[in-house]
Amino acid sequence: MLNRDLIETLTTNCAPIRPLAHPAWRALVWFAVSLCYVAIVVAAMGVRPDFVAKIADPQFATELAAAFLTSVVAAAGAFSAGSPARPMWERFVAGLFFLLWAGALAVGCWRDVDAFGVSGLLSHSDIYCLPTILAISIPAAVLILSMVKRGAPIAPFVTIGLAALASTALAAAALRLSFRQDAAVSVCIWQFGSVVLLTGIASLFGRALLHWTMRDELIASFQAHRR
Amino acid sequence: MSELSGTSNDRESRWRALMTSAQDGDHAAYGELLSDLFPVLRRFVLRKWPNAHDTEDVVQEILVSIHTVRQTYDRRRPFTPWLMTIAARRVADAARSRYARGANETTVDILPETFDGDGANSEQETTDDREALRRAMAILPAGQRQAIELVKIQGLSLDEASQVTGKSVGSLKVGIHRAIKAMRQALERIG
Repeated sequence: MLNRDLIETLTTNCAPIRPLAHPAWRALVWFAVSLCYVAIVVAAMGVRPDFVAKIADPQFATELAAAFLTSVVAAAGAFSAGSPARPMWERFVAGLFFLLWAGALAVGCWRDVDAFGVSGLLSHSDIYCLPTILAISIPAAVLILSMVKRGAPIAPFVTIGLAALASTALAAAALRLSFRQDAAVSVCIWQFGSVVLLTGIASLFGRALLHWTMRDELIASFQAHRR
Repeated sequence: MSELSGTSNDRESRWRALMTSAQDGDHAAYGELLSDLFPVLRRFVLRKWPNAHDTEDVVQEILVSIHTVRQTYDRRRPFTPWLMTIAARRVADAARSRYARGANETTVDILPETFDGDGANSEQETTDDREALRRAMAILPAGQRQAIELVKIQGLSLDEASQVTGKSVGSLKVGIHRAIKAMRQALERIG
């Protein structure tokens, strides 16, 4: 009897819904909106004066491109992780671009060693990177969180981790466009490290942020049926 | 996923069609789909978690979850893997939450004594106590029984009981004291 009541309740609450778009498409939408926001932030902070010269440097261009690609592909992975039965590899593609990004930073470190010797690996503290990346990434993170919440919380830790990676990678790229921080080790520790740290911390909150919910109107309707 | 292997293409096609219609707001198709899914999910839960004491509850949680995230079904993709991914996730969630709940509970063979208040006792315990008291009172002399009824059961003060019975307050005190002593001995013999 209870089972029939439940099916009746669910059937009664079966309003037409629009199926979610493909994860890649949703990722592009998020990235486009977030990129507009980042452009405003970079414009407000000021583009680094040597940008034209720097972008011609293959190492810098690769690093920047890898950060942007990590961001958009991680977003696609987060949306895929919230879509039941999507291929598992879609969640991990961002890892390739993440490694490319790390590789570009490693090449930068190698070049510094080549140019300045071991002293090129000395890093000065850029602790401000962490709060700056956090602050820049918050609006993009809020947007992607609202989008992944429409999915199914079947892999909450992975979903939130990838969403955080998408947001912080974008913020780190914005920082590279604004600040003249070119000591590769510093970039590696304070910018890349902040992205890794924030992503790790955020993923711990996966289950708190994404969980199965029974909508209030559904509960009320079910209770009314049972009465 | 062996559930999948037993699923005919016809059933898969039927479920896809029903789910597509349900996403468009077709109530009848949705009801048909959920009714189809119920026994399949019950078998799935029993196979994944044979010791589950609340199979029906878990199946219902899966159905509600399917309803909540039905927008995530992509019409171009097979339905059964989508269904079974959600079902497997919810069975794991249910097992984890039941385990966590069980870890905070202790099974006892002998129930501890409860407090005196009626609210803390079961209906059966209360009935048994009343019966024992009634039998203990029955053996009291008439004067002592009347004193107990007026003061301890009806709640009258000693002065009020004195006016009702015509006895002195001192006499009532003595009577009540002796009555309680006699009842205690009687209850020990009964109990």
